[in-house]
Amino acid sequence: MMEDKITIEKLNLYYGDFHALHDINMHIQKNEITAFIGPSGCGKSTLLRSLNRMNDLVEGCRIDGSIKLDGTDIYNGDLDVTVLRQRVGMVFQRPNPFPMSVYDNVAYGPRIHGITDKKELDEIVETSLKQAAIWDDLKDRLKKSALGLSGGQQQRLCIARALAVKPEVLLMDEPTSALDPISTSKIEELALELKKNYTIVIVTHNMQQAVRISDKTGFFLLGDLVEFGETDQLFSMPKDERTEKYITGRFG
Amino acid sequence: MRTRFDKELDHLHEAMEEIGQLCKESISESTDTLFTGNYHEAEDTINLHHRIHKAERDIEETCLRLLMEQQPVATDLRIISASLKAVYDLERIGEIGADIADLVLNEHLTVANDMLNLKSMSQIATGMVNDAVTALANQNVELAKAVIDRDDQVDEGFDKAKAFLINNFNKDGNPEYLINLMMVAKYFEKIGDHAVNIAKWSLFVTTGKTGR
Repeated sequence: MMEDKITIEKLNLYYGDFHALHDINMHIQKNEITAFIGPSGCGKSTLLRSLNRMNDLVEGCRIDGSIKLDGTDIYNGDLDVTVLRQRVGMVFQRPNPFPMSVYDNVAYGPRIHGITDKKELDEIVETSLKQAAIWDDLKDRLKKSALGLSGGQQQRLCIARALAVKPEVLLMDEPTSALDPISTSKIEELALELKKNYTIVIVTHNMQQAVRISDKTGFFLLGDLVEFGETDQLFSMPKDERTEKYITGRFG
Repeated sequence: MRTRFDKELDHLHEAMEEIGQLCKESISESTDTLFTGNYHEAEDTINLHHRIHKAERDIEETCLRLLMEQQPVATDLRIISASLKAVYDLERIGEIGADIADLVLNEHLTVANDMLNLKSMSQIATGMVNDAVTALANQNVELAKAVIDRDDQVDEGFDKAKAFLINNFNKDGNPEYLINLMMVAKYFEKIGDHAVNIAKWSLFVTTGKTGR
């Protein structure tokens, strides 16, 4: 039995007068990778950001409809934003490690959440780096600056940092678009490994990446969710002609 | 935006129609030879198979290259993979044509009395190949389904031929001749099967289902 981790119902989002998302309905399932695809400006990143209320920071942004995390509405005061962002972590397009040591990067979140015990922090750092498949690379460089790492390593470090606060959902906004092919495939393998324990939502411009790693794919166009379904189905036999045209490179 | 890819797909489409045409020729020529015993025509049919074989290789190469270069999805993916599969069946049809011609050329087989109704089997099989190739080229669902339904007719023809031979095996006195006729009946039945496969790949292009 599939379980909804996130339920989006009749979601409309406005940036001032601009109606950016139209009546989005979507069920994001637990322990699956859900990919959002679509041309620039289609609303896919906007939707991703609204899943942990990153749009709250944008002036003039208004939302109606609902987004539920395990059945709890994340916009209607039932859930504290800090708790929400702990439960729903985010990894960005460009690796953005803090200008501090590898260790401090990973320990940053847990410290903010009040963990001070050295042994406990050591454990969290090790587990998170292992989960992000970068422990072996970094275990002897924990005290070195994170800025000295390669792009691919930085991105996996950022994933470790996101995992350190024990989230349930991981949002990834084009996490490999700034990486070389080897680092990209490492992140993809990692995502497939992580979905056993997390629910992952990924925005990607690389359609082959969506094919390779996602269970479900949503295609967005001009603020509409045009088609949402099993990835295999969507890429072999799309139902909507607009999906067909976009994925076969006829526009975009 | 994707001019080059579209051009390549057009070429693939043309190549598939061409090999389909060659296969139709192969069956009708080989059937003619069977009744006329004309060696020249038999040799032509065998040469035709070489052309079909070469066309198969070219199409295979094109499909593999397009898979690599374009990483196709949706309709593109279905057309390219269906072509890759269907071209195998087309090549087999060409080979069967050559096998029949070989019986005429090397076993000196000529059918004088069509007691097994081979001509009718050949006609049905040729029609099936014709329609399967058209269905694949034009993505015609109804035509493809009709091809699949018609396979029973060739199967029935084969069963009747077999029953006839069992009943008449001792009477004629030329077992080699009868066995050769039996082989020809089997060949036509196989052509029907290949046509069905092609029709199923044509359905895959339109429905996305492999039907297995």
